[in-house]
Amino acid sequence: MSGFLVKNPGALTTVQDRGRMGAQGLGFGTAGAMDLQSLFLLNILLGNDLNEAALEATLLGPEITFLEDNCFALTGADMGATLDGVPVPRYEAVTAKEGSVLKLGFAKSGVRAYIGFAGGMEIPMVMGSKSTSLKYHLGGVEGRALLSGDRISFTAPRKELRHQKRRKLDVPDFSAKEQDIRVVLGMQQEYFTKEGIRTFFESPYEISGQSDRMGYRLEGEPVSYEDTVDIISDAIVPGAIQIPSNGKPIILMADRQTTGGYAKIGAVISADLPRLAQMGPGAVIHFKEVSVEEAQELFAKERKEMIKQNRRMNRWL
Amino acid sequence: MEQVKILIAGDSAYTVEFGNRICEEIGGKVTAFQKALEDRNIKGIREMIPTFRSVTVFYDPLILPGEKLVRELKEAAENLSVKQTGKRKIYHIPVCYEEPFCPDMNTVMEHTKFTREEVIRLHSEREYRIYMLGFLPGFAYLGGMDERLETPRLKSPRVKIEAGSVGIGGNQTGIYPLASPGGWQLIGRSPVRPYDERRTDPILYQAGDYIHFEPISEKEYQQIALACEKGDYQCEIEER
Repeated sequence: MSGFLVKNPGALTTVQDRGRMGAQGLGFGTAGAMDLQSLFLLNILLGNDLNEAALEATLLGPEITFLEDNCFALTGADMGATLDGVPVPRYEAVTAKEGSVLKLGFAKSGVRAYIGFAGGMEIPMVMGSKSTSLKYHLGGVEGRALLSGDRISFTAPRKELRHQKRRKLDVPDFSAKEQDIRVVLGMQQEYFTKEGIRTFFESPYEISGQSDRMGYRLEGEPVSYEDTVDIISDAIVPGAIQIPSNGKPIILMADRQTTGGYAKIGAVISADLPRLAQMGPGAVIHFKEVSVEEAQELFAKERKEMIKQNRRMNRWL
Repeated sequence: MEQVKILIAGDSAYTVEFGNRICEEIGGKVTAFQKALEDRNIKGIREMIPTFRSVTVFYDPLILPGEKLVRELKEAAENLSVKQTGKRKIYHIPVCYEEPFCPDMNTVMEHTKFTREEVIRLHSEREYRIYMLGFLPGFAYLGGMDERLETPRLKSPRVKIEAGSVGIGGNQTGIYPLASPGGWQLIGRSPVRPYDERRTDPILYQAGDYIHFEPISEKEYQQIALACEKGDYQCEIEER
């Protein structure tokens, strides 16, 4: 036997890579990791292809048994992970021996933890991606969240990685319960009143308990609109903020559908989506407006930093 | 004629909107525009989502500056010729309108006051334009159903509708590509799978193509279903 065995799947653990790109025009939502930044850093630590799939654990992590030796790493939320009862550092490549048990608990800070394995996991590609789409029941392991008893094989396990001791990154802080999230206005912006747009940027919004990988429903002051928020369905981009007739914003996340019939006031910028993905029910958002140019500069800066880290850690590969 | 609008859609996409109606004319522009952009082969465009009246263009701002893309989009929209779509591509999809595949046929007959034969004839004589794919992978939003077939959706949606099911929901008709919950009135089922991941092109058709439903008997349904299972069935595709 090879790979690892799921002893306990946790609350919601799925296989996710960058997402199913290129088939949105055919109606395939992308799915993919909610926090792409954590996914990419994980793959940098392990010397994997940046797009390699990982396990995304939500709120309560899984417990898995290694059936053979391999290196792994943890990024994203702090779920107090232990390997055979000993605490494991996050953002660091670690070797697990055959028979070792990796156990994650409740999220102490952040919402989603990522578990990656050197060489990646053997998961069939569907439309170019290993990502699980819970909505369409495809990708990942039989299109569903992991269950106890699932076994997943490693593609190319490694007992040790080159310069393993140096494979460490700074651990980000996910503890803030109230944060600014930057937004680019657009799309059906003109459906909303001036007052409505002011409300949107000036009042706090709380992430409701009815939030999942598909969308974050927000509680707060309703955003007022002109006549209607019903539109002829059009395309939805990642982070798009739609306002249904009750005026309460919904931010569309990784498992969003490709099209929708509510007016959209704008979209969360790419650079802030990973941070948003680590905010859970009860956390408070303050929307801040930025221009497309600013949003792109922020994203470019972040990407450059990531490429630098990748080069530093993996130039020997 | 409506003004073409270019809308900001977040920091890595623009939506080019051709109007605010669902009609053949705007649908034709959407298809022509998508084709024109593909022909331009612009480096940095990642993908497109065509809809009833717009095309959303996703791009990588690290490769393609936004201003440059907007210029290209404007140019392509200004020089748009609906002729660019070329021939009409029609998928003839076999549908069995018999039991046990038509649980809501009686509801549709009662609502429309047509006989079973008339419902089948009216539903299968038209060519439906695929305006867009969405809701599910390969779920085609079709236009042009005979208004007289209009029937409200089920009061309470079914938990599971089998792949290939053909239904009417309000003034729309369509075929379910995957098993899924749904509220449409089911009047038939096709043995052909609009989505089959074993095929080179897992989704049978694209936005801008047409669908024509071809009535078949239950016996033919079983034969075609068997052939589909083995992967050696190809539905008839007509170009004109």
